[in-house]
Amino acid sequence: MKVLSIALNTFRENLRDKLLYNLLVFALLMIGSSILLMRLTLGEFHRLILDIGLGSINFFGVLIAIFVGIGLVSKEIEKKTIYTIVSKPVARYQFLLGKYLGLTITLFVNTVIMALGLLLVLYAQSVPVDGMLFKALALIFVEFMVITAVALLFSTFTSATLSAIFTLAMYVIGHLTPDLKTFGAKMDDLSRGILDGIYYLLPNLERFNLKGHVVHHLEVSGADLMLIVVYGATYTAALLFSASIIFHRRDFR
Amino acid sequence: MTQNSDLVVQTEQLSKVFRVGFWGKRVTAVDGLNLEVRPGEVFGFLGPNGAGKTTTLKMLMGLIYPTTGHARLFGRDLGGPETKARLGFLPESPYFYDYLTSREFLGFYGHLFGLWGAVLDKRVDELLELVGMAHAKDLQLRKFSKGMLQRVGIAQALINDPELVVLDEPMSGLDPIGRKEVRDLILRLKESGKTVLFSSHILHDAEVLCDRVAMILKGRLVACGRVTDLLDQGVSHQVELVVDRLTREGLDHLRPLTDKVVMQGDRMLVVLKSQQQVGGALEIIRAAKASLVSLTPQKGSLEDLFIREVKGHRSQSEHHA
Repeated sequence: MKVLSIALNTFRENLRDKLLYNLLVFALLMIGSSILLMRLTLGEFHRLILDIGLGSINFFGVLIAIFVGIGLVSKEIEKKTIYTIVSKPVARYQFLLGKYLGLTITLFVNTVIMALGLLLVLYAQSVPVDGMLFKALALIFVEFMVITAVALLFSTFTSATLSAIFTLAMYVIGHLTPDLKTFGAKMDDLSRGILDGIYYLLPNLERFNLKGHVVHHLEVSGADLMLIVVYGATYTAALLFSASIIFHRRDFR
Repeated sequence: MTQNSDLVVQTEQLSKVFRVGFWGKRVTAVDGLNLEVRPGEVFGFLGPNGAGKTTTLKMLMGLIYPTTGHARLFGRDLGGPETKARLGFLPESPYFYDYLTSREFLGFYGHLFGLWGAVLDKRVDELLELVGMAHAKDLQLRKFSKGMLQRVGIAQALINDPELVVLDEPMSGLDPIGRKEVRDLILRLKESGKTVLFSSHILHDAEVLCDRVAMILKGRLVACGRVTDLLDQGVSHQVELVVDRLTREGLDHLRPLTDKVVMQGDRMLVVLKSQQQVGGALEIIRAAKASLVSLTPQKGSLEDLFIREVKGHRSQSEHHA
């Protein structure tokens, strides 16, 4: 119940944050702009709309996850609002989970709004919609959950600016990890071992990217999809667990 | 540690060392502090800025962990939910969720104590009434003045009807009316049987409000006890006289009894060494046919004691250096 109260308060805080609306408006504009861009291309415009649409949802969702996520905890510490929460019968991990859950609710609502924007554009342009689109959207949301947990982990021990830089770096590297494995395969045993270690330690965010599948009408089986969701959930749980341990030990000076 | 479960707050050799800067330089914020706060008393925790007051209170509230030593609240170790449920805390210069209205704000804290629905609504209304903020219950906190924020801050500390209320610098930054309101509120809390522990560097407030005080300097306890006892300690009980038209001869007689004489035309200010000199001085004034304008016994104040302690501490450190 305490976690839920903190989550709802965080959600309310997010709703009253102007940054969120700015990002949302930009995302919707980007999705809408695919109609204009479509006129500049010859054929393949279905692919263009889907590509730009899903890309925008992913990009702006990640921006929200990072820029709202990094403030979740560090802002509470900087502004000392955390003093009144931690001195109440609330365990520190409950505070963290509440903050995390709150932003997850915000991101869910945002993803739904952006997805509705995309569906509207697809409908207006009479582009057929299949189940893969919803699977891709679901995995985009799972990626947001992982990124939010990364941002939360960093914000438990460093400043908002550094958290933003680290999380952005993690996002970029996370999409490049498959290259690490390919690169490692060409190296000697030791280097390959190290690169493989890094590959497994960092989140493999490319796993959540089904944009290509949607655009090229490729199927992903239910079992595969479930496996990717479980991977995302496990990775998120590990991040939240590490964040709780760090947060439990720190002094609020 | 000798445990006394009757005590509301008990610390023994409580210390906190921070590591600051790139090289992790050790800075001792609190050094072997022994404190005891008894049930139902208003306890003032005094000291200049940077003395370690806030650090101590934060340790008691579970916001930072002690480096060494022990502290107990209500006879229990710090940090447990049962202990926290009996506490109310107002941090120094609090900044709250300013996107909330006072009603939402207090409602949120109520939820953390498991208060919901009609019970919570009633409690919130009572508290807003108590701190004189009933008129602003639907106003967002961002529109509040500092005094108003302090008052809803106190209301949030009382949401769970706590046995111990801890206030960190509750009067700082407030205008005289705001300070008086906070003072009245503290007295009302005492009347309703609560224990109040507050830190302050405004000594006058402590003198008026506290049953007992502790004075801390550079993390160390320098004085602790009942306010009246501390004020009697080492204070010389001087008496100040204002006399008109005292002759030179009269003044010569009076001088051995005085510490200081200040002339201002016909009028002079005479500070007698102690109360014992009053009889003799009055005789001399009467004999010299001068007129006595006023006679004021000088009462020691916490401020005198405080300044004495700070000076003593400084000269001690210079001596060591």
